Amino acid sequence: MPLSNEQVERLARLARLAVSEDAIDTTRAQLDSIFALITQMQAVDTTGIAPMSHPQELAARLRDDVVTETDRRAAFQAVAPQSEAGLYLVPQVIE
Amino acid sequence: MSDTPLFDASVSFLRRALDARKISSVELASVFLDRIATLEPKLNAFVTVDRERALADAKAADARIAKGEAGPLTGIPLAHKDVFCTEGVLTSCGSKMLANFVSPYDAHVVTLLKDAGVVCLGKTNMDEFAMGSSTETSHFGSTHNPWKPGHVPGGSSGGSAAAVAARLAPIATGTDTGGSIRQPASFCNVTGIKPTYGLVSRYGLIAYASSLDQGGAFGGSAEDCALLLGAMTGFDKRDSTSLDRAPENYAAALAAPPADAAKPLAGLTVGLPREFFAAGMSDDIRVAVDAALAQYRALGATTREVDLPNAKLAIPAYYVIAMAEASSNLSRFDGVRYGHRAAHYDDLFDMYCKSRGEGFGDEVKRRILVGTYVLSHGYYDAYYLQAQKLRRLIAEDFRRAFAECDLIAGPTSPVTAWALGAMSGDPVQMYLADIYTTPVNLAGLPGLSHPCGFDRAGLPVGLQLIGNYFSEAKLLEAAHRFQQATDWHLRRPALAA
Repeated sequence: MPLSNEQVERLARLARLAVSEDAIDTTRAQLDSIFALITQMQAVDTTGIAPMSHPQELAARLRDDVVTETDRRAAFQAVAPQSEAGLYLVPQVIE
Repeated sequence: MSDTPLFDASVSFLRRALDARKISSVELASVFLDRIATLEPKLNAFVTVDRERALADAKAADARIAKGEAGPLTGIPLAHKDVFCTEGVLTSCGSKMLANFVSPYDAHVVTLLKDAGVVCLGKTNMDEFAMGSSTETSHFGSTHNPWKPGHVPGGSSGGSAAAVAARLAPIATGTDTGGSIRQPASFCNVTGIKPTYGLVSRYGLIAYASSLDQGGAFGGSAEDCALLLGAMTGFDKRDSTSLDRAPENYAAALAAPPADAAKPLAGLTVGLPREFFAAGMSDDIRVAVDAALAQYRALGATTREVDLPNAKLAIPAYYVIAMAEASSNLSRFDGVRYGHRAAHYDDLFDMYCKSRGEGFGDEVKRRILVGTYVLSHGYYDAYYLQAQKLRRLIAEDFRRAFAECDLIAGPTSPVTAWALGAMSGDPVQMYLADIYTTPVNLAGLPGLSHPCGFDRAGLPVGLQLIGNYFSEAKLLEAAHRFQQATDWHLRRPALAA
């Protein structure tokens, strides 16, 4: 089932990816060939097979609800594109 | 000391030279740094070479050695794949998105190796976010195969494999999500091991597909890999999938003499999957692999055919799972907390789209888009859930096979290193070349690739060994016995500056 350009644009919006006008056709063609590969697996009858989400069947570990990390805010914000007074700056979202 | 140049020596040889004070760690680091300076323009195996830091590490190692406090890797130079976070050093993951990211913390693996006293020479080139099989998707340009510049080194850990092959570093770290250690090891004539999922902490390893990603080791031999891997494993509470097991001393397992020196692999049953030996691999690879298997039999191993009937489903299942998990993992790159932010945008949504559109390369974008699709409402069961069910079938195939054999052997890749650009227009063609490596990641098993010959063009061929869970020592020992009887792993590319 080949994708339409509108579907590619919708996917790009969902994925928060700017895809330029002139790249849409190439992207769509490449996605189509990837889907042709991966839809092969739908021919297999997997009724009754339990999905395997992980190689090791591990239960999530719990820890005590106490602070274990030191405050490294300054170091972590040093790599942010824009920060000020301990805050990450983004374009205004509330009028 | 023998006539072996230091850059060509094994880690155990370098250990003895350091301990006997025949060379200092600073001198040893300089040997490799000088070699990098000479050969790097031709190979592009590194994203970052940090001479000053390496020499400081080496000085500290020399002090430890002088105090008699050296461990097996103290003062030994190493290169880290640029997917591992290194505090104070650029950690790019091969991407424009992180081209300015100086990590504020160390990955667990990096901490362990620092504590062991290794000397980090630099960070190696890789496919962007480890998405690729050729190192061509790197924002920092392709790495060249030392055996034939103009050809790919494999990927995604192509820089690490090329660095060890060209002896720019004696050992290097890598990661393997679908073959990213084993396939470049085979393309570059080095040894590489991906351990059982959960043995090496993923903390500080920039995530691609979390249920598949696993750190591992490159070296000039199984013995060198054993030393490095032994220092990388261990429980880490900061990785929820880290396994709480006592670390094993792989190097000691290799050093133990076999019961029968003439037949050191007596009693070992090697399974040969019919599906891996059917049509698909090139004739030259078949010849090299068959000769390696004859050598294993000469060393006392018996071979028998086994079946992995669902292995052919590994490629679609792998790519669905990897792309789905990638689309989720890479949503963290939003241009807010770290990484690239577009210079011009209209609002927050536009800033996300433009920052990600500019920061990610084409292959990463393709995988995010496919991953977004297969996880979207109405498609989850048909793709991600179905892939997870196939994953179970593939793991069950291995479980049955390991009831009949100790190890599984076959080619690492159906092809040898291709020319740069030969596959870049057709992503699916490149995905198909991962046929022998991806089933191992889906099952979470350990796998190793070691050199076993060359094709007619003089490009290396690798043999893949697959073991049951936690059989790293067995894999390394089998490869070690093979390497004691052969010299494929000692062949070196002719490299003129």
